[in-house]
Amino acid sequence: MSKHHINVTINGKAHEADVESRLLLVHFLRENLNMTGTHIGCDTTSCGACTVQLKGKPVKSCTVLAVQADGMEVKTVEGLAANGKLHPIQEGFHEKHGLQCGFCTPGMMMTTSAFLEQNSHPTEDEIRHAISGNLCRCTGYMNIVKAVQYAADKMAEKVEA
Amino acid sequence: MIPPSFDYVAPKTLSEAVAALGQHENAKILAGGQSLIPLMRFRLASPEVLIDLNRVEGLSYIDEKGGWLKIGSMTRESDIEHSELVSERYSLLADTAKVISDPIVRNMGTVGGNLANGDPGNDHPATMLAYGAEVVAVGPNGERVIPITSFFRGLYESDLAPNEILTEVRIPASKPRSGGAYLKLERKVGDFATAAVAAQVELDEQENFTSVGIGLTNVGLTAIKATEAEDFLKGKAASDENIRQAARLAAEAAQPIADVRGSEDYKRSLVKTYTTRALRMAVQRAKGG
Repeated sequence: MSKHHINVTINGKAHEADVESRLLLVHFLRENLNMTGTHIGCDTTSCGACTVQLKGKPVKSCTVLAVQADGMEVKTVEGLAANGKLHPIQEGFHEKHGLQCGFCTPGMMMTTSAFLEQNSHPTEDEIRHAISGNLCRCTGYMNIVKAVQYAADKMAEKVEA
Repeated sequence: MIPPSFDYVAPKTLSEAVAALGQHENAKILAGGQSLIPLMRFRLASPEVLIDLNRVEGLSYIDEKGGWLKIGSMTRESDIEHSELVSERYSLLADTAKVISDPIVRNMGTVGGNLANGDPGNDHPATMLAYGAEVVAVGPNGERVIPITSFFRGLYESDLAPNEILTEVRIPASKPRSGGAYLKLERKVGDFATAAVAAQVELDEQENFTSVGIGLTNVGLTAIKATEAEDFLKGKAASDENIRQAARLAAEAAQPIADVRGSEDYKRSLVKTYTTRALRMAVQRAKGG
C-alpha cells in the first residue's frame, strides 16, 4: 500500500527514506538505519525498552509509525555519548550498577534524559514516578534510581560550575 | 509485530480530515495511537486507511471560557497532567490524567482518543460522566454537541457517526464549593483499572450536596454513571453515613465480570470502598481542604 517519503532528524543527523505506512518507528531505526541501540521488548506498549525522544518527549517507538516522525527530531540512546565520552546518565548507570542484562537500559536512559531536562534536582519519589513506564526485570530499581540521582548531581555540577 | 498494510493520510486542517474520512470506507482516526496501533499490530483492528490528526492545527488546547473548561481532542494526557489550570481548579481531571497508563504513554495519548475509543477500561469516560461533560463532534454537516451521558453506546462503541471526528470535550467550569477525586486500583502502572471511581460534588453553605456526579471505570461494558447514588445524595448532608449509603448504591450499579483482575464480588466491594473514599476526598476538596 502507500509509501511515504520521510525526512527525520535523528541525533542531529538528517535521514531520508521511503517507508511503508505500517513501518513502526522502532523498526525504521533498527532495520532501515541499523541503529540497534533502541530495543524491542514487549511489543505491547508496556515495557518501555523502545523509548526514544520524539520532539524532546519520551515515546514508545513501537507505538509510533515512522511516517508520524516525518519532519521531526528523534533522539536515541546513540545520541547520548559525545566526543567519545559517556553522557553523565550513561556514567551514572555504569557507576551505580544501574543495569545487569542491559535490555531496558536504552529506554531507561532516554526517559531519564527528558526527565532531567524538566527536573534537575529530583527526589527519589519523582524519579520512581518518572521511570514508571520503563520496566526492568533483573537489576531492580534501587540501582537505577541511584544512577539517575548520580546523573542529576553530575549534570547540576556542570551547570553550576 | 507489524500491522497489516494500510494507507495513511495526514491532513493539515479539520475540514481536510473530515473530507478524508468521508472519502474512505473502513478508515480510522489516528489520535495518540496508544490503543489503536497495538490493536493493529495484534490484527484486532485492520483499517484500510489511517487519518492522522496529529498534524491538524488547533485541536490541542485547555481553555476556560464561556462557563466551560474546553479541551481540544488532541490534547495530550501529559499536557492535562501538567496544566496549572487543571491542577488548581479541576482536581478530578488532574487525578485522572495522572493515572492513565504510564508517563511515556501519556506523552502521546490524547483525551479525545481515550473517550472515542469507547473502552470501559479507559479513565476519562467515568470522569466525564461525573463532571456532566459534553463532547463536540464535527462531520460533513458541521458541528454537533453530544451530552456525555449519551456518548457511550457499548463496548468500543460511541455515538460518533463513521464520518464524524471528536474535536473537543467540555467540562462545566469549576464552581465555588465544588471538588472531585478519581481513585483507581491498578495491579501495576500501565494496567487498566481493576476498578476506579470518579466523584465530583458541589456543596451549599450548609454543606449539603447540591450536585453529585459519580462515574465507575471498568466494571461494565461502558463506564457507568451511578445515578441512584447521585440522586440519593442530592440535597442531603455531606455526612459519612450518607456517603456510605451512596457507596452501597454505586456498588449495586456496577456490573463487573470476573477476570484476571478479580472476582465480581471483589470488584463490587472495591467500588464501594473507592466510592466512599472518592466522595470523602471530593467533599474535603469542596470545603477547600
